Amino acid sequence: MKFSYFPGCSLKGSGRAYEESLLPVLSALGVELEELDDWNCCGATAYMAVSDAAGYVLAARNLALAEQKKQDLVAPCSGCYLVLNKCQHYAAEYPDVATRVQETLKRDNLTYKGTTKVRHPLDILVNDIGLDAIKKRVTNPLKGFKIAPYYGCQIIRPYATFDDQHNPVTMDKLFKALGAEVVTYPLKTRCCGGSLTGTVTEVGQNMSYILLREAMRRGANVLATTCPLCQFNLDAYQGDISSDYHESVKMPIVYFTQLMGLAFGLPAEKIGLQRCIVPMDLKPAAALAK
Amino acid sequence: MAIKQTIKYDSERDKSFPQEIMSRPGCEKLYGCIQCGTCSATCPVSTYMDYTPRQLMALTRAGFKKEALGSLTIWLCASCYACTVECPKEIKITDIMYALKRQAIQEGIYPKRFPIPVLAREFYNMVRSKGRVTENFLAVMMFLKSNPIAAIKTWKLGLNLMRTGRFAYKLDSMKQPAKMATLLDKADTGWKGGAR
Repeated sequence: MKFSYFPGCSLKGSGRAYEESLLPVLSALGVELEELDDWNCCGATAYMAVSDAAGYVLAARNLALAEQKKQDLVAPCSGCYLVLNKCQHYAAEYPDVATRVQETLKRDNLTYKGTTKVRHPLDILVNDIGLDAIKKRVTNPLKGFKIAPYYGCQIIRPYATFDDQHNPVTMDKLFKALGAEVVTYPLKTRCCGGSLTGTVTEVGQNMSYILLREAMRRGANVLATTCPLCQFNLDAYQGDISSDYHESVKMPIVYFTQLMGLAFGLPAEKIGLQRCIVPMDLKPAAALAK
Repeated sequence: MAIKQTIKYDSERDKSFPQEIMSRPGCEKLYGCIQCGTCSATCPVSTYMDYTPRQLMALTRAGFKKEALGSLTIWLCASCYACTVECPKEIKITDIMYALKRQAIQEGIYPKRFPIPVLAREFYNMVRSKGRVTENFLAVMMFLKSNPIAAIKTWKLGLNLMRTGRFAYKLDSMKQPAKMATLLDKADTGWKGGAR
């Protein structure tokens, strides 16, 4: 299996552990990702707040690059995944948007038809590769891991392309296949605060606190995420949150791909686990036995 | 304490405003709102807003332009799409929020030095000049233009990011960002509610 790959800005920056774990895990399962040449920013949530037409052109240029290769496009970051999908929906629904996008891209000798499918790695893992094939690859079952599966917003809202919108279960099934325990986590699709954590800190941190506290109450010893911004918000501010809420908040936050890498027996530093600000215990079974 | 007029006359409403917003892609169904409040109930940020999403829909629809565009609500929306998904009338509330943000930026009606619109503008500028975004540089620009003192409080975060190798020391860029900027400006020119 071969796909075009759109890393987006975060997977080359503060979320590089996501890329570092995604590539070897998919490669171990026979999936090859080919990075788009000279990709551009997807536009994220911020661009749409200034200009929608140019926002669609940003997304469409990346889609057009994948179309040239006749490949579906893998977008691991939730923000990119949504924006690319949204561009396709709007171009299909509004002829004005489609015309504007096509005419603009023509100047860059690109054509946009809307034929490329935007895929999320979770979708490929569970629906294309399948849990049985993944199980076969597990050499180091995740014993003692109690995982809170956190999906966040933008991979299931507003477009639920591969999972249930209100109660997504793809990651739940995946972690069970890796030999881990999955805790009940009703806040699995609640917003982490997004960019508010950096702008209106007290609001964003309150939203992160609600998610972290719930994971602790439910007995999780790690929270798994699919999005670099969720990972950052939940991981980077636990010190501030602990002092603001007078409560010891400590919860390692990792990408689902890092947990897969660990179960596949890949060394921790090869799957970016050293990049967690709150470190994860690699052998929680031993801690539980004590 | 400043004395302000608190009740509006019908003649003070801007009746073309809802039409203008509804002409934007995704915003057509605004008039279908039944004021049920499902959006406000599902919104995880509504407790911090000056107008709840339901109130904002009512204000926009009734032509209270200044109140809608000047609200904190549109900026506090974190784009989680919970309201859009739950709305029984299938109104794309998140997209209406975006249309209001764009209008507010163009008309210059937003709280100055408030970090959220500043971040949106700086994001736009960085993409226009580099074609990509480098997160920690973006954060620095946002702080400089909104609240430089708040930046000092983030020193520990910066150190943590450096320690874990998640800090970028130089700006990422496309091969020919100037070409991208030309495309973006072209896309905007003459577009309803475009940035230029």
